[in-house]
Amino acid sequence: MSNVPVNNGRRRFLTAATAVVGGAGVVGAAVPFIASWNPSARAKAAGAPVEVNIGKLQPGQLIRAEWRGKPVYVVRRSEQTVSNLAKHDDQLRDPNSEKAQQPVYATNAYRSIKPEFLVALGVCTHLGCAPTHHAGDFDQFVEGVPNGFFCPCHGSKFDMAGRVFQGVPAPLNLVVPEHSYINDDTLLIGVAQGDA
Amino acid sequence: MLMKLATDFMGWIDKRLPVTDAWNKHLAQYPAPKNFNFWYFFGSLAMLVLVNQIVTGIWLTMNYEPSGAGAFASVEYIMRDVDFGWLLRYMHSTGASAFFVVVYMHMMRGLMYGSYQKPRELLWIFGMLIFLVLMAEAFMGYLLPWGNMSYWGAQVIISLFGAVPIIGDDLTLWIRGDYVISGATLNRFFALHVIAMPLVLVVLVFLHILALHEVGSNNPEGVDIKKPKGSVKPEELSKFTFHKQYSDKYDIVDAVPFHPYYSVKDIMGVAGFLFLFCWVMFFAPEGGGYFMEAPNFTPANGLKTPEHIAPVWYFGPFYTILRVVPDKLLGAVAMFGAIVMLFALPWFDRGVVKSVRYRSKLHLVNLIQFAICFVVLGALGTMPATPTANLIGVIASFGYFGFFIALWFYSKNENTKPVPERIAD
Repeated sequence: MSNVPVNNGRRRFLTAATAVVGGAGVVGAAVPFIASWNPSARAKAAGAPVEVNIGKLQPGQLIRAEWRGKPVYVVRRSEQTVSNLAKHDDQLRDPNSEKAQQPVYATNAYRSIKPEFLVALGVCTHLGCAPTHHAGDFDQFVEGVPNGFFCPCHGSKFDMAGRVFQGVPAPLNLVVPEHSYINDDTLLIGVAQGDA
Repeated sequence: MLMKLATDFMGWIDKRLPVTDAWNKHLAQYPAPKNFNFWYFFGSLAMLVLVNQIVTGIWLTMNYEPSGAGAFASVEYIMRDVDFGWLLRYMHSTGASAFFVVVYMHMMRGLMYGSYQKPRELLWIFGMLIFLVLMAEAFMGYLLPWGNMSYWGAQVIISLFGAVPIIGDDLTLWIRGDYVISGATLNRFFALHVIAMPLVLVVLVFLHILALHEVGSNNPEGVDIKKPKGSVKPEELSKFTFHKQYSDKYDIVDAVPFHPYYSVKDIMGVAGFLFLFCWVMFFAPEGGGYFMEAPNFTPANGLKTPEHIAPVWYFGPFYTILRVVPDKLLGAVAMFGAIVMLFALPWFDRGVVKSVRYRSKLHLVNLIQFAICFVVLGALGTMPATPTANLIGVIASFGYFGFFIALWFYSKNENTKPVPERIAD
């Protein structure tokens, strides 16, 4: 033991400095453990955004794309259909899309970026069946509404903006996924408008 | 000759590791109040079930395949092709429900006799941590058979974290490790279920018992069996020898050594428990659809939601509290709040009288209404949400939270009965 007087201030400083450096080390070492819980490259690749060519889509036509294991319906709505959307608001559960079933940029009367195109998951919000697109003969389900979606499993009905009608089992409007337009002919599903 | 050999061997060990001392301190010379009743079975039963879960769990992993493609089939394989696989799995699945039965009874005992009060706050908190880890363990274990209720139950619970403001969506993505619940989620839940959580659980149980033996066991009378040193006449001291760790500090009255008195008593509890346990395991392993839900006999399917998603019965009370709140975030807050209230119980109760036997009528009524509300909430959690069920759920939720609030108000100046000095014969 040396007889040099103890410098308590220096000891405290060294203890604190060691603790801080050690703490930083612990935080650094925790990074790989926490980050390894993120989706792996394989999962990301399988869930990558999907490009859809909509150039040849005719008014009233629907095409299906697959994104993250789910069917995505892309419909080109005619001007007539778009103008009809406002006519049956009183028969809908959530006509103004107040429930967060769509991105902010699609929270409007058409539930889409361009009024012409509807992009929605083809997954019924009741039990996940695939609703069928009825072009022209939907008025057999809802009087006065020519076009819409009808779920064959439990009879839920949705209009051409994916909004759910009242009195059916499905509680919510169809989900509108994040999407954007690369150009007039190409739709990108999975990337928000502005992020692309 | 053989006896001497054994004594010498123990002497050799004891010089190197205090085995005999630990045996005496925690079993053969641990002073336990002489008036333990039926309610004191459930601590040791919880230990028994823990051992059952660990042993059967290890055996199940020998044939279980933790992958999205193989999990469901491997459970079928265990049930049909592995010798006694069905028994091992039913021991494990029945054990899961039995665990919650005994733990809820154990907690009720603590409430009735004030076993959470000073100086047993930390003991209670360790117990609550065990309860919390146990719920996480059970939740993750329920995903592993990869049935459709496994899948959608996990979907509902994980989406709760999506209610967290700002980071919610990223958080659920991080928990799942994929955009949907997938093999990645299954594998990490498997790792946590078989390694991480059991290790934490065993450490917590160890600390729970250590803390118990430091402060000593409470009893149905809520009377302390440790009196200040020198305050008791020699002829009134307990006639048994207790470890000097206890007897050097206190005069011990009305106590018996844990072993053999309560080890033998607990064997009776174990026998009774095993009768019920085996009856369920052999005759009703699915528990009428409450221990194993019907949709779980079909494989996980992300495109097909079960008609009615219900958690396993033991999550019922907390699930109902979640569901009756119309807002997603506030519902999650209320659910976790229900557990936080239990953690804080030692500070809600400002009284000094422990046992319900010597507390006010008001406290007895409050305790009974709490138990009823808890059971009602649990039952509602397994039923579909209807407006009537919702209304009852709201009332029962008020009863649940009201227990703690009312306790805080009346316990300060409660009209209690005089507590005896000693435990009567």
